[in-house]
Amino acid sequence: MLRLSNIEKRFYVGTPHENQLYQDLNIHIQDGEFITVIGSNGSGKSTFFNIIAGTLQPDQGSILFKGQDIAHLPEHLRSRHIARVYQDPLKGTAPSLTILENLSMAYNKGKKFNLSRGVDQSLLEHFKQELKSLNLGLEDKLNNRVGTLSGGQRQALSLLMATMVQPELLLLDEHTAALDPKTSELIIDLTQRLVSEKEITTVMVTHNLKQALDVGDRLIMFHKGQIVLDLRGEEKRKLSVMDLIAKFNELNLMHELNDSLILG
Amino acid sequence: MLSFGIEVLNQGLAYGVLAIAVTLTYKILDFPDLSVDGSFPLGSVIAAVVLLKWGSIPLALLLAFIGGLGAGLLTGFLHVKLKISNLLSGILVMTGLYSINLMIADNRSNLPIFNVKTMFTVGAWVEKLPLDLQPWVTKFYSTLILLIVIVLLKLVMDWFLETKLGFLLRITGDNPQLVIALGEDIGKTKILGLMLSNGIAAFSGAIAMQMFRFYDISLGSGIVVVGLASVVLGTSVLSFMKSWKITTLVVLGSILYRLSISVALALKLPPSNLKLITAIIFILALVLNNKELRPKFLKGWDKHA
Repeated sequence: MLRLSNIEKRFYVGTPHENQLYQDLNIHIQDGEFITVIGSNGSGKSTFFNIIAGTLQPDQGSILFKGQDIAHLPEHLRSRHIARVYQDPLKGTAPSLTILENLSMAYNKGKKFNLSRGVDQSLLEHFKQELKSLNLGLEDKLNNRVGTLSGGQRQALSLLMATMVQPELLLLDEHTAALDPKTSELIIDLTQRLVSEKEITTVMVTHNLKQALDVGDRLIMFHKGQIVLDLRGEEKRKLSVMDLIAKFNELNLMHELNDSLILG
Repeated sequence: MLSFGIEVLNQGLAYGVLAIAVTLTYKILDFPDLSVDGSFPLGSVIAAVVLLKWGSIPLALLLAFIGGLGAGLLTGFLHVKLKISNLLSGILVMTGLYSINLMIADNRSNLPIFNVKTMFTVGAWVEKLPLDLQPWVTKFYSTLILLIVIVLLKLVMDWFLETKLGFLLRITGDNPQLVIALGEDIGKTKILGLMLSNGIAAFSGAIAMQMFRFYDISLGSGIVVVGLASVVLGTSVLSFMKSWKITTLVVLGSILYRLSISVALALKLPPSNLKLITAIIFILALVLNNKELRPKFLKGWDKHA
């Protein structure tokens, strides 16, 4: 469903800090997959999302989404099909609007934002049902401003809003990293439920190795702008946290060796 | 005393229209728009010229509003399409409009409109009223007209802010990322908000000019601060009325602001100190608005709402 081919991306072009992240990145995301993505800082996980979502433009290469080249489509037009939940719970909701108003807007995604009433009262029951399924008691707080909610509640709401109108692709950008362990677990459960219920193709970046192994059916590891690990199904299931740590260490060691060879 | 009160109220209401315009950019879009300093007198001069040439009040108000829409469009274009910072876009449009306003007035910096009918001119019908009623109607006519205008505007704004498009504008100031996530072009939303705000500001300029029966190019200088002071006064001093709509609060803020200015003048402060007084009132309102700086006796001011 999404195919990145021969992607090249440089940062700080023309400065002493010029940094080539991707030389020739190729990746094919298939319909219905739930991919978890891991990698150390600066490995290219975030840029990967930014290039898919249209926040950043690649220097070279093509992005085919359902057979169409979307490399030049602006971010807001891509987001009609590609939903994204950020690490920061504040990014997915509007704090000075109420829960009801936020949900109503999410429901209207892809339709016209015209002069009809912002809140459609006939959807009230539908929203209450959706909120009830979160088990956070939000269904009784429909008229509270979202700014008064906790980070976990806001992230649950962000997730609900991102999937309110079924997206074709869901990008989860370390969306549990800013939460406490208990809330983080709750959000992961919710994620798995929503994704399987609505059958959404999903890519999730995470720092949590256990999460990366427990969730999803394919695992990708980035290192220095390259995919160093890409496992599916049985191979992924057999993997343990220790294996991943060993892989990390091996990569870092190689990196240090390379450096010392050059310096030496 | 009564005429002092009426004058304060009238000015507060006329500039209350401006306060609503400024609310739209500062409070809702989170866009510090200085172009209002140019679009306010733009509305004044357009209305003055139309009244002098054709004598049509509705046309004067309509064209003033449209002129303001144009000014807002320009600010939005500079910021969104040419990627100029929001403050600078406003300053550039404000500066450019100074010359445009002069051009519209045929290179004159003021136009008196003493001899033409304005929206505040009492018609001949007043003579048909009972004799003892006539002086009262004449006295309160301007206030009545202003009240009708401001209530209508407030209701329209309240309605607009509850529509889907209105929600989108509110989200633009609240969380721009969410506008993009909703699949909408945030640039367009900003331009729309700026157009509306400047249109209303120009409309306010047209009303104020008719109240003074005089256009002067300096009508607009520092007007954005006046509008902003009203907004801050309305939302800080009156913050205990939390359940009130912001459109009501800022109009009350505008009346409060006029009252403070008038009191200062009544205390025999020279009019040349006016801008200084405005700045001081503004600072006071900001301090009141800041929970940490708020004087002790005012702590908990807005808690009992």
